Amino acid sequence: MIAHTIFFYFFSIITVGSALMVIASKNTIHAVFFLILDFISVGCLFIMIGAEFLGMIMLIVYVGAVAVLFLFVVMMLNVAEQKQSWFRGLKSTHIPVGLIVSLVILSEILVVIGGWKYKANFISTDSIIIDSNFSNTHQLGSVLYTDYIYLFQIAGIILLLSMIGAIVLTYRKREGVKRQSYINQISRESKTSVEVVEVDFNTGVKIDD
Amino acid sequence: MEYFDTLLNELYKIAFILIPVLVSVALIVWLDRRIWGAVQKRKGPNVVGPFGLLQTVADALKYIFKEIIIPASSNKVIFVLAPVVTMTLALVAWAVIPFDNDLVLADINVGILYLFAVSSLGVYGIIMGGWASNSKYPFLGAIRSAAQMVSYEVSIGIIIINVLLCVGSLNLKDIVNAQQNLWFVVPLFPMFVVFFISALAETNRPPFDLPEAEAELVSGYQTEYSGMMYAMFWLGEYANILLMCAMGAILFLGGWLPLVDIFPFNVLPGPLWMILKILFLFFLFALVKAIVPRYRYDQLMRLGWKILLPFSLLYVVLTASYLFYFDKLPTKAF
Repeated sequence: MIAHTIFFYFFSIITVGSALMVIASKNTIHAVFFLILDFISVGCLFIMIGAEFLGMIMLIVYVGAVAVLFLFVVMMLNVAEQKQSWFRGLKSTHIPVGLIVSLVILSEILVVIGGWKYKANFISTDSIIIDSNFSNTHQLGSVLYTDYIYLFQIAGIILLLSMIGAIVLTYRKREGVKRQSYINQISRESKTSVEVVEVDFNTGVKIDD
Repeated sequence: MEYFDTLLNELYKIAFILIPVLVSVALIVWLDRRIWGAVQKRKGPNVVGPFGLLQTVADALKYIFKEIIIPASSNKVIFVLAPVVTMTLALVAWAVIPFDNDLVLADINVGILYLFAVSSLGVYGIIMGGWASNSKYPFLGAIRSAAQMVSYEVSIGIIIINVLLCVGSLNLKDIVNAQQNLWFVVPLFPMFVVFFISALAETNRPPFDLPEAEAELVSGYQTEYSGMMYAMFWLGEYANILLMCAMGAILFLGGWLPLVDIFPFNVLPGPLWMILKILFLFFLFALVKAIVPRYRYDQLMRLGWKILLPFSLLYVVLTASYLFYFDKLPTKAF
């Protein structure tokens, strides 16, 4: 049991420490790498409490996909410079807005945790029967696809909506952009695209385009 | 004392897995170059050792004794970490690969998810290396590979779902044992092809080696690396290829199971069958490298998102419908 405790403290110290470093580090890329470390150690904590499916999904979804896109964006934008200018010029409007948003999130977390802690049947879990003969993944699946199917589907639809929203917001049709059409490229034939021309001496030949 | 014994025991097992993997990585580099040469009617490396078998060892020695140059303007910590991450991730995944019914280092419930997670983390070595070099070409290579690997991971995930529908368990041993009667390559043949293509893209092999396109990006993310650090990228890449072959062998070719369970075939021990299957898949990898030209970047993205992903999604629906309609869904509780 001692090894278990040591590992728990090891991972939790890394989790808290790297979460602090996400905020504290000046270089945005370093902040993203600390975020990745945070995700990984949270995944390890999930595995330690026996939720191996959630731990692996944490690694696959957050570290394997979401954080890669974070890095992608941060590397493309010059965020470091922007961040510095926010802190130097105190006229920035970002800090108060950020503070308000974080206060709202904090109060939400407090309400949820308080409700869960002090009111036992705050979230009804009567229908969930935990059978230790089945693996974690089987139990999760059998609950998710039966009792909570509507919530699960609604979550999926919300994700789909946000995906469509992001595409609609960024998609714009620009004029004068040359596009490659695969159909045209594949269906070209030598008859229509190659032409043999007699060239007169010293006059040359005019090529269209 | 007891802890100490278990620790030693585990270390012994880890060494027993890792050393063969590292040796076979060296051999596989040689095999790759020989096959490449044979397709082009050349001899390939044939000077160092018998049949040139020691060529990779000679190369590695040369890399070890070269100076490691760290660019002055690079981010030094991340620059050094990148090859370490690549190499570690490529080796750490072998922990769950089963070579026989009881020949596996860690027999975990979510083995296939672990494999998938580790292979999806592989992109970090490349991004870190490309960004930390603080130079244009490596950065372009890193950005390309980030987009490419994330795209093809999605279809690999869907293919894994196809196989899992037929198995009903995430354990790699259960996946292999579910193929006792019929390897999944037969009913799921289109998925095997899609898996093979995605594995090529996931490991940055030709025809999808755009992150290191030597013609336009001068080796992409590896440009600034030298000496041992370059060799680690190189070994990590091949270990990853081997890992993808092992994953293909487990998911589709029935792991350690013999071709048919009758006399001449079941004499060979299971691990040997597994190795033969990995080698067969690697042979295909090497052939593709030799005979297919490199894709253009937009073609690569189009293939991933507009062809392979919808196709594998459709196949999930087909597989699920078939299993449901004919009442063949796996019901055994693992």
